[in-house]
Amino acid sequence: MKTDVKILTAHLDDPAWHTLAGYERHGGYNALRKALKMTPDEIKAEVKAANLRGRGGAGFPAGIKWGFLPKETTKPIYLVINADEGEPGTFKDRLIMERNPHSLIEGCLIACWALRANTTYIYIRGELFSSIQRIERAIAEARAKGYIGKNVLGTGWTCEIHAHPGAGAYICGEETALIESLEGKAGQPRNKPPFPAIQGLFDCPTIVNNVETIAYVPWIIENGGQTFASFGTERNGGLKIYGLSGHVKRPGLWELPMGTTFSYLVNELGGGMRGAKPMKGLIPGGSSCPPLLPNELDTPMDFDAVKKVGTMLGTGCATVFEEGVCTVRLGARIAKFYEHESCGQCTPCREGTGWLHRNIEKLERGERLEGGIQLLDSICGRILGNTICALGDAAAMPIQGFLKKFGDEWQRHIDLGRCPL
Amino acid sequence: MATIVVDGRPYEADPARNLLDVCLSHKLDLPYFCWHPAMGSVGACRQCAVKQFKDENDTRGRLVMACMTPAADGARFSIADPEAKAFRASVIEWLMLNHPHDCPVCDEGSECHLQDMTVMTGHNERRFRFPKRSYVNQDLGPFVNHEMNRCIQCYRCVRFYRDYAGGADLDVFGVHDGLYFGRAGDGTLESEYAGNLVEVCPTGVFTDKTLKRHYARKWDLQTAPSICVHCSLGCNVIPGERAGELRRIRNRYNREINGHFLCDRGRYGYEFVNDERRVRRALAPHGPDRSADPLDPNEAIARVAPLLAGRVVGIGSPRASLEANFALQTLVGPDRFFQGISTRDKRLVDTALALLREGPSRAPTLHEVERADAVLVLGEDAPNTAPRLALALRQTAGVVPRQAVAGIPRWHDNAVRELIQDAKTPIYLATPVATRIDDLARRGQHAPPEEIARLGFAVAHALNADAPPVGGLAPEVAALAEEIAGVLRAAERPVVVTGTSCGSEAVLRAAAQVAWACGAGLCCVLPECNSMGLALLGGGSLDDAARALSDGDTLIVLENDLYERTTAADALLARAGHVVVVDHLAHATGARAHTLLPAGTFAESDGTLVNNEGRAQRFFQVFAPSGHSIRESWRWLRDVMNAAGRAEAAGWHALDDVIAALAAARPDLAGVRDAAPSAAWRFAGNKVARLPHRATGRTALHADRSVHEPRAVPDPDAPFNFSMEGAGVELPLPAALVPRFWSPGWNSEQALHRFQEEVEGPLRGGTPGVRLVAPGAGPIPWWRDPPGPFRRREGEWRVVPLHHVFGSDPLSMLSPGVAQRAPAPYVALAPADALGAAVVVTGEGFAATLPVRVLPELTPGTAGLPVGLVGPLPAVVEVKPA
Repeated sequence: MKTDVKILTAHLDDPAWHTLAGYERHGGYNALRKALKMTPDEIKAEVKAANLRGRGGAGFPAGIKWGFLPKETTKPIYLVINADEGEPGTFKDRLIMERNPHSLIEGCLIACWALRANTTYIYIRGELFSSIQRIERAIAEARAKGYIGKNVLGTGWTCEIHAHPGAGAYICGEETALIESLEGKAGQPRNKPPFPAIQGLFDCPTIVNNVETIAYVPWIIENGGQTFASFGTERNGGLKIYGLSGHVKRPGLWELPMGTTFSYLVNELGGGMRGAKPMKGLIPGGSSCPPLLPNELDTPMDFDAVKKVGTMLGTGCATVFEEGVCTVRLGARIAKFYEHESCGQCTPCREGTGWLHRNIEKLERGERLEGGIQLLDSICGRILGNTICALGDAAAMPIQGFLKKFGDEWQRHIDLGRCPL
Repeated sequence: MATIVVDGRPYEADPARNLLDVCLSHKLDLPYFCWHPAMGSVGACRQCAVKQFKDENDTRGRLVMACMTPAADGARFSIADPEAKAFRASVIEWLMLNHPHDCPVCDEGSECHLQDMTVMTGHNERRFRFPKRSYVNQDLGPFVNHEMNRCIQCYRCVRFYRDYAGGADLDVFGVHDGLYFGRAGDGTLESEYAGNLVEVCPTGVFTDKTLKRHYARKWDLQTAPSICVHCSLGCNVIPGERAGELRRIRNRYNREINGHFLCDRGRYGYEFVNDERRVRRALAPHGPDRSADPLDPNEAIARVAPLLAGRVVGIGSPRASLEANFALQTLVGPDRFFQGISTRDKRLVDTALALLREGPSRAPTLHEVERADAVLVLGEDAPNTAPRLALALRQTAGVVPRQAVAGIPRWHDNAVRELIQDAKTPIYLATPVATRIDDLARRGQHAPPEEIARLGFAVAHALNADAPPVGGLAPEVAALAEEIAGVLRAAERPVVVTGTSCGSEAVLRAAAQVAWACGAGLCCVLPECNSMGLALLGGGSLDDAARALSDGDTLIVLENDLYERTTAADALLARAGHVVVVDHLAHATGARAHTLLPAGTFAESDGTLVNNEGRAQRFFQVFAPSGHSIRESWRWLRDVMNAAGRAEAAGWHALDDVIAALAAARPDLAGVRDAAPSAAWRFAGNKVARLPHRATGRTALHADRSVHEPRAVPDPDAPFNFSMEGAGVELPLPAALVPRFWSPGWNSEQALHRFQEEVEGPLRGGTPGVRLVAPGAGPIPWWRDPPGPFRRREGEWRVVPLHHVFGSDPLSMLSPGVAQRAPAPYVALAPADALGAAVVVTGEGFAATLPVRVLPELTPGTAGLPVGLVGPLPAVVEVKPA
């Protein structure tokens, strides 16, 4: 269903929207008031009905994730917001935190109410300085107004929200590494099981959700899960913030119904390519996603449809590159990123990403690559699925994707001993 | 028991274990790195990947890490699956990317787990075409060598050092493929367990620095099962020798005692065996300068034998074997045999033995201590007096919180650690000064020994009204006693740890009383490696010896330096007509000898030591010393007896004869016979080979003297050959006869699982050693006389003996590294008593000017003096400004 509804970007024209006064002017915190009169189960039911899928990249249904919490526990339950937005090409959570932070705060409060949690930690990537400032200010404002604290809106219910700046390690966006980091330890992912919903932060049941996911919750509570779901496709409810960067006329962020096609995003909203060169490819949702070719742009941007064409929707922030871009060079840069961000815990990722990167660089420099493309493919294949967390996959998948879609070009690097472009 | 299927064959499995553990227990080859039997799984190295299938119809399966997969009933796996094999080979390939190809010159070569696993996976072709990563190494002190380039980032070192042993100064730094395992800067590793890194590291990053000085490959080292001589716990060790020099000590797994780990005193204290202060020839020092003429052994025997016609007094030693002490006791007769320890020390050890024998409490093994669910430590500074016990207590700390872990398998190390956080088994510590395990204690007390004893007696009374009350307790101490009693009462497997080190019988009695009152195990640390054996054998103290010695008597001193034991050594020795010293080291007593007979060290002789739990354990000769002079102490004494025409030792051809004589004379010690198989033991007609079958240079080593292969030295005392010939360790040897851990394809100490009934289980054929001490069956012998409170007396300081893991054991102090780690002499005083930077300390023949260490926890009126560093300690001193 096509819609012009905007939720998280509805009032970007209001320069004061990020303040509490601005947020309340547009009906902010009404959802919280409504939620506090609902039972936790009713809220969960709405979120389930909304088909709200995790906006951090994996697309796991939020309602189902919330259901993983133990039915009975004597321990406190924590809500952790993953605001460690660090995937190259992705900049959507930043928009929310800088321009609409109270939607996140309100979402946290409602989610806490639903999860019977009393504490939220918002783990924000260290480099996102303005986001940290705005979130901290929003928390302070909300606390002053009685939304956060010992007695939320006079109900007697306690809910605290803390902003926690990270130090910029990409791996801390992996939920268990994030938890380790929050606990003050080196950000190294945990072996699962046990999953965070059972044994998470401070060994208590913990739900880790993306910024955007939780920011949608107030609207869902106010307007109903069904309504939200109706904007999207069958199993991908509602709106999502899509990003566009690279060689297009108008890079930016748009809030669109899930299932909008890539071509609409690139050609209609992004205004097409920036110059005369045609598109060579598109990385759909952050650098860990295998690329798409121009003839695949009619794919609807929902988690399932994009998966069907062999890649991932990821964060929904696409990067377009034009003809003339050397995909080996692009691959080398991507591989370098994942090598640098590997935490060093498990062997395939720690050693494999470095080796992969160095091999691709070699290829790019036009040096002889013994073992050829098969070597790269075999390194990727052995990493994939065999690491403690998904960083290894994130490193291997795009390279395999480039090999699949642009294998000839990579082979010509080997044959010519230089970049053919 | 569950049944799992591996490659189509069913295997019995304990579902509480992980698949890797189960595979290794069934002796299936499956490579691994980050998993360690004592430390559980973290799933980091990905080396133990196998295929798991959903059911018999599943042919695709998926790769899982065996160490992170429960051996659930009905689960189906494949080790041989081609995809799993290829993946395991690629893990090795990754690990080898940056690993140097320096195996031929690497210290770890020949016992490298990485080497073994590389061969096992079949990875042999190098596809990596880049320069290898390199690091700057650190100077980690005298014990451990650092070579970071070889690191494969398995994290075992930091997991052992920090998580298992409680160290803080080793860590992992950096990220991705640039990790660094080391200290923040150069410097000696602080932990007294750092030496275990040498065995924990699967490759050559951490290696034995003392071995490096006189390096030999594992396959060239002659080894025999042995027992550590540096404290009373009796850890099992594997000394290795080549070309007449002891090269190193390695751990010999004994589930009940040391498990996988040793302390650094035990690992690095061996160098006295090679020391230049060794007595290697029989000597007859004479004249004012005590110049010594070497004697032929027969001359020496001929010199001593006639003295036996006269009155002879014998002084034994707690660091000599039971057999050596028994030989001396036989020579001089039980009435003139004395233990060679001070009256105070003898009273302490005898008290400990009596408490273990007469009371109902059993002495727990370290394995049992590690499983206790409540512990009270009374008076003992275990990290310094019995370090392996302190390491066991560190594991005890996790027992109760781990019991409470539900829903997560015990082997899932990180998850379990996350879950238990700082929760600990209730451990209470009462010691005179702070110890390095104070961090384990829920609560505790630093107090003089009398007060520690009073706390103990109060706990006992709170537990059992039959135990007498303690009068005049401070309210907070009474409350602490109630709290401790409550915890011990509620525990299922409580243990009380005590010992002789704070010099107080009252503390020992109080500890026993607590143990009796709640049915706890009574772990009692003793001063030396055979203190218990000597106490069992009997005999008076050095003061008794002085009383028994008439002027002009012959005095035989066995493996003992009396100057370490008493300030009256001069007087004692001066009265003897002829002093015979049988020892392996030159020391002050030896310098006063008229005849000095060169004895074999533990590495050059066989014998039995009885550890603190009363377990008799045999150590076997590792190598035959060169020349013909050095022989076992008991042999010297036998030869002297035989030369004197005495009948008792006429039949003592070999050690077994001495043991038989001991068993006949002392039926209560007859169990010694079963501590290990006799010299007559054979496997298919063969003795066990001390040398590995790959030993090199059997003729070349002696080629400077003769190109002929020397005849192997015969060994009548042990079922071992001094050669490569004989039964090898791949055969099912009795546990007490396993000279090293090796198995085809498993060259490192990780071969251990092939020798165990199951991973972490006892060695095949049972734990070596025989208990000689059993609890009494009679009524509980309550001690009715708790001491009064400590009262400071004007001008008097009660001496508190302070022990140092490096410093308080004289034998290990001959190792340069140990000596380097030892503190300089000092006196410890309470802040109120610290009269200056240095003070004069006098009392009971003791006089020294010592620098002051201020210890805030020390009670005013007590003075701590370091054991082994300032001579024999008085009980009371006076402290004056220097």
